[in-house]
Amino acid sequence: MVEKRPFLNFLAHAVLVLGVLIVAFPIYVAFIASTHGPTDFLSGLIPLTPGDNMVNTYGKMMTDGMASAGMPPLSLQMFNSLIMALTIAIGKIAISIISAYAIVYFRFPFRGLAFWLIFITLMLPVEVRILPTYHVVASLGMLDTYAGLTIPLIASATATFLFRQVFLTIPDELMEAARIDGAGPLKFFWDILLPMSRNNIAALFVILFIYGWNQYLWPLLVTTDPSHYTIVMGIKRMADVVDSQPQWNYIMATAILAMLPPVLVVILMQKLFVKGLIETEK
Amino acid sequence: MKRTHFRNKILPYLLIAPQLAITIVFFLWPAGEAVLQSFQQEDAFGLKTSWVGLANYSDLFSDPVYIQSLEVTVVFTIAVTAAALIVALLLALAVDRAVKSGPAYTTLLVWPYAVAPAVVGVLWWFLFNPTIGILPYLLSLVGYHWNHALNGTDAMILVVIASAWPQVSYNFLFFVAGLQSIPASMREAAAIDGAGPVKRFFTITLPLLSPTTFFLTVVNFVYAMFATFPVIHATTKGGPAGSTDILVFKVYNDGFIGLNLGSSAAQSVVLLVIVIALTVIQFRFVERRVQY
Repeated sequence: MVEKRPFLNFLAHAVLVLGVLIVAFPIYVAFIASTHGPTDFLSGLIPLTPGDNMVNTYGKMMTDGMASAGMPPLSLQMFNSLIMALTIAIGKIAISIISAYAIVYFRFPFRGLAFWLIFITLMLPVEVRILPTYHVVASLGMLDTYAGLTIPLIASATATFLFRQVFLTIPDELMEAARIDGAGPLKFFWDILLPMSRNNIAALFVILFIYGWNQYLWPLLVTTDPSHYTIVMGIKRMADVVDSQPQWNYIMATAILAMLPPVLVVILMQKLFVKGLIETEK
Repeated sequence: MKRTHFRNKILPYLLIAPQLAITIVFFLWPAGEAVLQSFQQEDAFGLKTSWVGLANYSDLFSDPVYIQSLEVTVVFTIAVTAAALIVALLLALAVDRAVKSGPAYTTLLVWPYAVAPAVVGVLWWFLFNPTIGILPYLLSLVGYHWNHALNGTDAMILVVIASAWPQVSYNFLFFVAGLQSIPASMREAAAIDGAGPVKRFFTITLPLLSPTTFFLTVVNFVYAMFATFPVIHATTKGGPAGSTDILVFKVYNDGFIGLNLGSSAAQSVVLLVIVIALTVIQFRFVERRVQY
């Protein structure tokens, strides 16, 4: 702090408190809504104090879902989301770390080409190739499968670049020493590189878990069978019930449960999260 | 670049194969298909395809609906970027000032990043619901009748707020890092020379933050143009009357719901060009940006 300015200090705290409140407000309202019974919404305004229907609402959503809207129980949807998030995070890390290893520690024909092919994926987000990608996945018979949900999203230029950077900072002497001691490429990778990149892997995992859990467009395209719905895409199908007013308490309970796992990950692993965020954008 | 390398003929190919296989099958093949299809047209029954050259593109740019979508995208992207950057900068400056309690505030401000855009959309859709939402109620007290189902401006405000909300957390983290990398000695020197807080902000802090700001602007552009699909889909679905129909949503709608292959492919290629341009800018001009 450069100088004493009590008013500025006060202003700073005021701005922060206001910011925290604005950030928390939608979640508060959603949570309150999820604790009420369906009839409490007929009065014309969202209730702002907790109701007494919380156990009921969450219990029903976790075990039954909303049969009228063709929604499977949330426990199943959360399980699907978990599978999707874990497969994407682990898959991306696994295939990126080995391809970065190949690019940094080996010399082989077409190395440059391979690097560029991976780089190009940065320029092809799923949003710009929705229909053709859907066709490819459909013609491979991967609709409504976990493989179809996850594998097309597993390629990652960002993760490959990150591991490439990490490997480039590891001193050459380590590899030379390992070779003199008779370690082959796989042993060197497993016993030296992997333990040395543990921190980066953890940070990346946090980011990719959130990325995987929050996928929306892709599950929307490739799943038509309710047993493969993920919770983030399921919430919208539920809100779309045409013939009646949306059942707010159930929708908001779903919203709360849909955001809980990634939010907990960020709060509990904030250091790793910040590290991952800043590294992946480099 | 490493001085020495492992000598092994097959292993590197095996290591890189999974990544390349997925890239080729799920990225390059579909993208190539989109480019090809953008030069083709199917007849009404999908039985015959014929080459039509640039007809899909010229149709696209003479279609007032597409032009409207372009304009909507520009307004939306700029609004989301500006809102998310300005709010994040304000919060970052405040955290920078509140040294001791900074980390606690940071924790309370970063978690919205983890909330899925689709969920954010549903939350704000609920808050702004014209019949039971709390915000329309408050607005009606000052005499404004909010209805994003009928009023295009209301709908735009809704999707901008919902899209900017999680992005504020992201920008905030980068601004905090940027502010911390500004040497305190510079601000102290300026203070000794008699510059007040406002003057210091505009002559020292803001210019030194400009690499961060530029980088974040590009990232926010990409976010607003491509990653906000779930927000639109979960709230307004491009309506009313196309007033929030951003390009990405239109590609989905025309291709997946409307099944207009040629036009959807041409739109994909237009988006592709935009992404490539933004990526090039990011990698060419954002090289030396922030010191962490």
